Amino acid sequence: MNIPLMKNLNTVFITAFTLAILVIFLSPFAFMVFTSLKTQDQISLVGAPIWPAAPPKFEYQGQQLEVFKVPQPDGSVKEWALLKKGQRESTFIDPANTAAGEIVWQGSWRNLDRPWKLSPTWSNYVEVWNTIDLGRVLLNTTFYAITTLIGTVISCVLVAYGFARFRFPGRDLLFIVLISTIFLPGFVTLIPTYTFFQTIGWVGTWLPLIVPHFFANAYNVFLLRQYFMTLPRELDEAAMIDGAGPMRILWEVILPQSYPVLMAITVFHIVFAWNDYFGPLIYLSTARDNWPISVSLSMFNGIYGSRPQLIQAGSLLALIAPLLLFLAAQRFFIQGIVITGVEK
Amino acid sequence: MFEQLSNFRNSIPSLNSFRNLSPKTRREMRTGYLFLSPWIFGFMVFTFLPIVASFFFSFIDLRITDGIASAPKFVGLANYIQMFNDPQVGIDPRTWITFLASSSTPSSMGVTITFGLLALPIGIFLPLFIALLMNSPHLKGQMAFRSLFYMPYIIPFVAAIFLWGGMLNPESGWINRFLVWAGMPKEMTPQWANDVYWVYPTYILMGIWGIGNAMLIMLAGLQGVPTELYDAAKVDGANGWQTFWNITFPMISPVIFYNLVLSIVGLFQFFTTPLVVNNGTGRPGGATMFYNLYLYKNFFTFQNMSYGATLAWFLFLIILVVTFLLFYTSKYWVYYAGDSRS
Repeated sequence: MNIPLMKNLNTVFITAFTLAILVIFLSPFAFMVFTSLKTQDQISLVGAPIWPAAPPKFEYQGQQLEVFKVPQPDGSVKEWALLKKGQRESTFIDPANTAAGEIVWQGSWRNLDRPWKLSPTWSNYVEVWNTIDLGRVLLNTTFYAITTLIGTVISCVLVAYGFARFRFPGRDLLFIVLISTIFLPGFVTLIPTYTFFQTIGWVGTWLPLIVPHFFANAYNVFLLRQYFMTLPRELDEAAMIDGAGPMRILWEVILPQSYPVLMAITVFHIVFAWNDYFGPLIYLSTARDNWPISVSLSMFNGIYGSRPQLIQAGSLLALIAPLLLFLAAQRFFIQGIVITGVEK
Repeated sequence: MFEQLSNFRNSIPSLNSFRNLSPKTRREMRTGYLFLSPWIFGFMVFTFLPIVASFFFSFIDLRITDGIASAPKFVGLANYIQMFNDPQVGIDPRTWITFLASSSTPSSMGVTITFGLLALPIGIFLPLFIALLMNSPHLKGQMAFRSLFYMPYIIPFVAAIFLWGGMLNPESGWINRFLVWAGMPKEMTPQWANDVYWVYPTYILMGIWGIGNAMLIMLAGLQGVPTELYDAAKVDGANGWQTFWNITFPMISPVIFYNLVLSIVGLFQFFTTPLVVNNGTGRPGGATMFYNLYLYKNFFTFQNMSYGATLAWFLFLIILVVTFLLFYTSKYWVYYAGDSRS
């Protein structure tokens, strides 16, 4: 680089400013990690730092004494254990030199800092895992994600191919109808659908959540159609001359070229299914054994709401999978969004 | 995506276009419809028929225990009359604005519109602002920033609510601890989700992790503005604001429009956050009884399918009118470069 970085004040300012916003924006993650490693006492202790810290103790003649940072006349600070609390003066013991006996110090012990020690509590994760039976919950969530993924990919690919590669009267109108379903308020279709599923006895099972995914949806069809339309038709035509039917062209010509967009709808769908809350809530709330992670976590919050360390540990366990997926496949997420939002 | 919709008039096929087709076209049509059939079937079963059914539900008296197989009891317009007289719904616009000033229980439509008016500008300008930062030539590590600003979007909704709920806890949350550290007296710190005036800012903060999508779309829009336009503006001596207003804004107006429409449609249906945060109770003081939450309670808790369907149809009509108006006004301010047909 020709210009030294530090010389470019704009770069330093803009980058630092953006970084500051990012730190605030992501700070709840730090809150989650720190809180999930605390004990109930560490959360309620006045003056405790934000990280999981415990005040160190010193055992003296069978007593557990609290340790404070006591300023010395010479300006240095010594860590002494508090033996007798007083308003104006207190008695301390020097843990490094107990032989010196009791030391009387002038001043209010309440104003003294403590030498906090890092003290993470890992057992919160274990407790959450056992309480909500996380192994089963994760299995349920994975099952939901995989079955609906299969349905979504198959149906959306077929429908998008129909929209992208065939000309026929009514196609453009149907495509507009498809896009318009995005504006439809969910309840206008949910109430009769729910009543119907209730009547045929599907409420409490996975079926009302899985089956509709086998019939395509607007976002993924749009995404796939836009991508298919960018693929050159020459290869299709060559295959057609060789006698390939539409299914073979889709399978052998279109799909091998569509790896990025197939990845995009796959990762979007997994995240959608993993995070889906409302659907499983209304269809599975009575079927405890089928709960996916979002429903489990919200029910857990209803019971353990007064123990923030468990709620944060549970949230961490719930978000780790989509987070890892995102870190591994960011490029597909970002491409996919750009296609739906920007393309015509 | 929405540009397709403006072709509505040209997309309607005339009956003639189905007649006198050559065998080749006929074959192509058959194959095309065959590939579309999963969606056409799904649309009929899970969208079209339910819309018709909920319209039908709104004229009968149906409880979930009846099931749909029972003989319908027609009640005429009774559900609609109930809705228009229901103070919890609030068809009367006068109930929308007054509730924050008075102590009366707000109407759910008033709650929805008040919150929407607060949240919408943030939902549009914050992603735009971050996207403008991302697009700055002075920003180092653009790719990393882009990923990290987007990342919270993929966090499970319930987990995100609990993380922000913890941050905003009046006692142990970092935000109030920061305020106290910065010198605010402890008794003056906000009670966030428990306070009538702070509960909307609480929801907005909880929703802030949802900006990733809008931000990426706006960023892509910004990156798509041809640099020649900026060069020409520089030659003409335009200042920063003039350049933004006369070049950047018109060029990205389609992506702003896209986010605006989706935000408005989403805000009319906003209710899962109050369902999780305040347990769908409407606390504090009814300020979180959103329209869709009231609908949900009627349908799911009180199991009154008919009244729920009536409320849903009313919302459907409102959203239809609002979207239509948005698309109608869009031709005055949304600029689609080049041919709008794809």
